[in-house]
Amino acid sequence: MSFADIALPVIVALPFVGAVLPALTARASANVIAWAAAAVPLAILALLAPMLPEVFAGNAPRVSFAWLPALGLNVSLRLDGLAMLFALLIPAIGLLIILYARYYLSASDPMGRFFVALLLFMGAMMGIVLSDNLLLLVVFWELTSLTSFLLIGYWSDRTDSREGARMALAVTGTGGLALLGGALLLGHIAGTYEISEILGMGELIRSSDLYLPALLLILAGAFTKSAQFPFHFWLPAAMAAPTPVSAYLHSATMVKAGLFLVARLHPALAGSDAWFFLVGGFGLVTLVFGAYAAMFKHDLKGLLAYSTISHLGLIMLLLGMGTELAAVAAVFHIINHATFKASLFMAAGIIDHETGSRDMRRLGGLWKFMPYTAVLAIIAAASMAGVPLLNGFLSKEMFFAEALHVQKLGAVGWILPLAATAAGVFSVAYSVRFIHDVFFHGEPKNLPKKPHEPPRWMRIPVELLVAICLLVGILPQMTVRPMLDVAAGAVLGSPAPAYSLAIWHGFNLPLLMSVVALAGGTAVYFSLQKLYRLHLHEGGPWTGHRIFHELHTWLLRSSAAANARLANGSLQRYVAVLVSVSLVVGFAAFAEPIDPHQAVLMPLTAPAAAGWMVLLVATAVVVAKHRDRFTALVATGAVGLMVSAIFAYFSAPDLALTQLVVETASVILLVLVLRFLPQRSPLETLPRKRMRDIGLAALAGLGTGAAAWWLLTRPHASISDYFLANSAPLGGGTNVVNVILVDFRGFDTLGEVTVLALAALGVVAMLGAGVAPREGASAARRSVMLSKSAQILLPAAMLTALYIFLRGHNLPGGGFIAGLVAGASGVLLYVANGIAWSETRIRFAYRSLIGGGLGIAFLTGAGSWLFGMPFLTSTYDYAHLPVIGKVPLASAVAFDLGIFLTVVGVVMLMLSTLGRFSGDGGKQWKPS
Amino acid sequence: MEALVASAIGILFAAGVYLLLRGRTFPVALGLTFLSYGVNLMIFVAGGMLLDAPPIIGSGETYTDPLPQALVLTAIVIGFGMIAFFLALAVAAHGDLGTDHVDGREQGR
Repeated sequence: MSFADIALPVIVALPFVGAVLPALTARASANVIAWAAAAVPLAILALLAPMLPEVFAGNAPRVSFAWLPALGLNVSLRLDGLAMLFALLIPAIGLLIILYARYYLSASDPMGRFFVALLLFMGAMMGIVLSDNLLLLVVFWELTSLTSFLLIGYWSDRTDSREGARMALAVTGTGGLALLGGALLLGHIAGTYEISEILGMGELIRSSDLYLPALLLILAGAFTKSAQFPFHFWLPAAMAAPTPVSAYLHSATMVKAGLFLVARLHPALAGSDAWFFLVGGFGLVTLVFGAYAAMFKHDLKGLLAYSTISHLGLIMLLLGMGTELAAVAAVFHIINHATFKASLFMAAGIIDHETGSRDMRRLGGLWKFMPYTAVLAIIAAASMAGVPLLNGFLSKEMFFAEALHVQKLGAVGWILPLAATAAGVFSVAYSVRFIHDVFFHGEPKNLPKKPHEPPRWMRIPVELLVAICLLVGILPQMTVRPMLDVAAGAVLGSPAPAYSLAIWHGFNLPLLMSVVALAGGTAVYFSLQKLYRLHLHEGGPWTGHRIFHELHTWLLRSSAAANARLANGSLQRYVAVLVSVSLVVGFAAFAEPIDPHQAVLMPLTAPAAAGWMVLLVATAVVVAKHRDRFTALVATGAVGLMVSAIFAYFSAPDLALTQLVVETASVILLVLVLRFLPQRSPLETLPRKRMRDIGLAALAGLGTGAAAWWLLTRPHASISDYFLANSAPLGGGTNVVNVILVDFRGFDTLGEVTVLALAALGVVAMLGAGVAPREGASAARRSVMLSKSAQILLPAAMLTALYIFLRGHNLPGGGFIAGLVAGASGVLLYVANGIAWSETRIRFAYRSLIGGGLGIAFLTGAGSWLFGMPFLTSTYDYAHLPVIGKVPLASAVAFDLGIFLTVVGVVMLMLSTLGRFSGDGGKQWKPS
Repeated sequence: MEALVASAIGILFAAGVYLLLRGRTFPVALGLTFLSYGVNLMIFVAGGMLLDAPPIIGSGETYTDPLPQALVLTAIVIGFGMIAFFLALAVAAHGDLGTDHVDGREQGR
């Protein structure tokens, strides 16, 4: 077992486990909470460090455990170059964010809660980048949506943060759903969900018919996450979050997850025209649109948000180009954007924190008040604009160079460099605006606070990031080159190409484009300011945010309207709707072709015809007389007896017995209940409505009758030969129905008796356990005849139950039937003698009986674990084990005993609860 | 014979649906009982109809299909539990609401 086998799972688990640290220290001082939170990214970095040399050498440590192997979902983690880049960025920037947030959050903000959400989010991000299983990646992907919801909505008392959080969740969550679909399709094409295997199957995947749907779905996930146009609007709305969250989510993490996914699957999916036009096209539009829109934002964070959208588009476009050098540039720009954008967000946060405003129409002239912060912000903004000697310049030059080299567009190939230069011009313009409008440009106007420099430690993260911008910008070859090589290699699926990483490449076209962008951008900004009067600009009415909002409102309103129309509170109506819909679905099935082979029909017999007549007459009585409830009840009992007779006639003695006893118990139950309900139903249904009901009923009868006819007249095949053949040798019983119940399908039966027990407890819960009335109260109603015969019948009935139970494994009978017989005869005692008399003589509690019965059934099932067999394995097979000796009975009989006891308890509990209800116990109201 | 059984199932279903659509809890309980009869019979005869061939090993030459029987046996018992639960609900609702209409209020109110 290597170091990575332990370290990789620990790295992913650490943030989730470590999230309790800030929660536990939530009442401590801010420094303690921050240290508790910082311990997690520090530990992650410490665990990553020993593995880095191996990754730089071109290897990819991998570990995999089965999670749900049947679904292809494994906990597979892999640290290759691309994963390493992100795995370092996420905790490193996270660490700076924690330090920054410690000073940013005010005393009234619950800091513990903030860091808990931040660490959970960090864990989800680490999971995404380290996953080597597509489904696992989707799981973590969803987790980032959920945890980012908590982060964006951190100030939950503010409407805009709640709306921003909801919007982010709705957009990225929808994308996540699409991604799941895409991942399933991709896994289906490749035959595996392991990413490292999928990456080697590019040819196979791109030639599949399902390639395009899979690509579209996966890109829908990536585009929503990475805020590509037209899904970009959630990102500016998410600016309602505390600035540390924006700095984290929108520089190195959340929005980069979409880019990561596109880069991750690059070897498998890239190279097709669809990839080029989709990824490149969306990237290009987003790049230009974001840069253009950013110029007109008055809010500092709004400007940065649109700038982020634009840079995400730039990287997406690079990944879409599909060339080797473009991939290098994309990876490089991911690093650079993370550093300068994180520092700019932090600078914006400092300005907001120390002046009380982020509105560039009110800010201005801050150079005098906070020169140190100004220097840092200016350097970072210059990097964003692509000024030489800063890292942003290098990757932008590479981008310009690549834009010139794309062959695919043919005659309209000029459009790409043109758009790239235009986006460059815009991005210089908004960068200049950021610097000029905040630090120069007159005096501050009506600021809530007097501006001053931030606390020392709040600047440290910005200083570090700006230092990296400079270092990478001046000495790229020495600093970032090795990382770039391995990460780009992972994106390409082959070693990175030869490329030159230098500030000066001589006079060439990319340099000219940079010069045009810098000069043009500055000119554009100042002319906007002078000629257009930028500060008076008002946004247009139709923003993505607005459209989403309108759509959201419309959806809620129309669903409320539809609901009001459909759900008027009448259950009677719902049942009618339910029946109608079922009829439509049921009759639709008749459209299927029917097997033309007709089986040989059975001849009609006289008893059958007579039984049919009885059933028909009894049913007619129930329907016609249903308002006279007692008559209907008696006739229903007759129908039940006929059903029992049908079971008996067609060779189902077990069913006949069960139906017979259940019918008895049901009739007693109905009689008991009828005491509390009106004896007659009023005539209230309008004739029109009654005709509708008759129509529905007739259709239901016709449909099921026809279905039964076709079912009965076609030859049928059964899977039951197995049960018939193995009942005796494997289950140790000759009554196959009973063996199925207690052995082959024992687990189902266990579930069913559990449901039954719950139903009985539900009856008690609804009617109350009640108090047994005193003996005298009900004595007057005792019938001597019934009472005496019950005394004789009860022992006989109990003996019968015992007999039925014991023979059940081999002859008709078993726990269910015996339990029903015993229960029903116990009820006879109640009926004959009244509750009070019976309660004083039956000493055991039915609930204990149910519990004991279920306990026996469960323990019998669990007993097979002792023999190393699965739950509920019948021990009949190995009854000859030396320790136990020859066991004459199958263990299934013990299981059946559990069922027996449960059923007895259920029947007695239900009937006695309903019976007891009549007395003065229970609820306060009087029966009508 | 098949027509007889099929029509019996259809009759039970029709009666069940009609009663299910009534407005009072008691007929609805009867309706549920009838639907249970119909469904149970339908599943049962799906295994074929044989005379004098119970699925008891050693009792004869042929055996009827035991699987639908096992399914229906538990269905009957569960159906009993469901009816009991429904009736308890009906009684409790009648006590609390003062009406036995399924909508929880008398019509027109």
